[in-house]
Amino acid sequence: MEYDVVIGLETHVQLKTKTKAFCSCSTEFGQVPNTSICPVCLGLPGSLPVLNKLALEFAVKTALALNCRIQRYFRFDRKNYFYPDLPKNYQISQYDLPVALQGFLEIEPQEGVRKCIEIKRIHLEEDAGKLIHTEGYSLIDFNRAGIPLLEIVSEPQINSPEEAYEYLLSLKEILRYLEVSDCDMEKGSLRCDANISLKKRDHFQLGAKIELKNMNSFKAVKDALAYEIERQSKLLDKGRILTQETRLWDAKEVRTVSMRTKESAPDYRYFPEPDLLPFVLEDSYIEKIKESLPELPYYKKHRFIETYGLSFNEARFIVSEKKLADYFELCVNLFPFPKIIYNWIVGPLMGELNERKISIEDINILPQDFVCLIKDVESDKINSLKAKEVLKKILDTAKSYAEVIKEESVIMISDSNILKGVVQKVLDENPKSVSDYKSGKTNALMFLVGQVMKKTQNNADPKIVQKLLKELLDGSV
Amino acid sequence: MISKDKSIDIKTVNYIADLARIALSQEEAEILSHQLKEILDFIDRLKEINIEDMPATTHILEVKNVLREDILRPSISSAKVLDMAPLKKDNFFVVPKIIE
Repeated sequence: MEYDVVIGLETHVQLKTKTKAFCSCSTEFGQVPNTSICPVCLGLPGSLPVLNKLALEFAVKTALALNCRIQRYFRFDRKNYFYPDLPKNYQISQYDLPVALQGFLEIEPQEGVRKCIEIKRIHLEEDAGKLIHTEGYSLIDFNRAGIPLLEIVSEPQINSPEEAYEYLLSLKEILRYLEVSDCDMEKGSLRCDANISLKKRDHFQLGAKIELKNMNSFKAVKDALAYEIERQSKLLDKGRILTQETRLWDAKEVRTVSMRTKESAPDYRYFPEPDLLPFVLEDSYIEKIKESLPELPYYKKHRFIETYGLSFNEARFIVSEKKLADYFELCVNLFPFPKIIYNWIVGPLMGELNERKISIEDINILPQDFVCLIKDVESDKINSLKAKEVLKKILDTAKSYAEVIKEESVIMISDSNILKGVVQKVLDENPKSVSDYKSGKTNALMFLVGQVMKKTQNNADPKIVQKLLKELLDGSV
Repeated sequence: MISKDKSIDIKTVNYIADLARIALSQEEAEILSHQLKEILDFIDRLKEINIEDMPATTHILEVKNVLREDILRPSISSAKVLDMAPLKKDNFFVVPKIIE
């Protein structure tokens, strides 16, 4: 039987403020347990929460970037439940008057395939503490309690695990462009729950809604959804009726398991938070934030395709991080050959950065210097092998291109008379390679080129070296 | 749960008490059932007042947009807080095991 898949995602992102949502404690990750706590985030009697201005700004910024309707009037509510990670026994959240409603996110998994996924609502709330379960008892760290969270709820308009993955990827890109969250799922600064139901094709009745939790990466979300589609289809094929439940993803066993829950639905008894006053947003405030929004990845991607002639996948990669796109564009402004720059960034530069485990944000080669290097290669002033060496040196020492060139005494040796001597020497030292070449193993030529390059500290022009080698080898048959 | 005549039955009283983690004796539940009914009756009387021209109030104070800058302030000493806890281990609060 064929089924249509209906998925909705509920994403929680930690906002990148210095201090918590309602008190001035630090939000830094990885601190000694229970050192970033105060009477407010511990809910001690007599303490009063006050909203972080920046957290509100981040929420509005995100809502605008996701094309939402910002509520001019909103307030906070208490969500009441008992759990040890919640010191106040209620979470400050938003119920019927959230910050924003009705937005959308555009995804484009492949060239020409676009889809709009509507955002139902965005609200601000506080994070709970962290629980560590050990033998016999549980430990609580309240450092996380009170960190501002943004809950972003999609409409159930996602129809495949791949689309869910794309949605999360696009959401992450936008949030990182806005610099409101790191969106690091491993550090828990982005968390995602999914709702999934199956519907028989050509039927109106939607199947039971299954909630999936405990996915720790974007891939886990995709895998858990794919697993659920298969599991639910099999049961439905057998004529079984599914019931609404929450299931946990087990990444090790690659399956979902039912979470034992109480029979009754949770009753959170929301009511307006009396400790916080309502908020009224003026048009001027919203306008000001709107003006501060950067060009968003979706639009940047299309501009790069049109303006710089990049392919869809090239543009998609280069705009995936704002700093990377900015670096690319700075370089292109200095040297208007986008494809050449793209290849140098994606190849040698990214390779070196990955090896050093540094991100484009911490790069220490100026676009001017990077462009000088590329220009010199293009005008045969330096060969690409030497250029890569110089690039390494710059990244290691943070020196300028000019300094490194001077220190390394980089010159392009393209004088055949000088090179001929070196080539002859290499041929004399490597009789085996010479005979290999002569017996038809053309790979030997590249080895000999390498040897000449080595002898000239990579300063020789490899094209001329190859030509000379061929002349000498072929001539002495 | 709340019948038409607004009386709150014992079952509902116990449900609410359970949500709030309050243990009630049968006798206390019965007393509360009556008291809660009186409160609801009083709310019904309030509902009779014409408030057509009154804007909704979420807060008794006419203040709005109270915000603070995102500036770090020292937290309180963790030792001091942990000392208040019935059980602690290293720098953690200790509670009975929550999940099996």
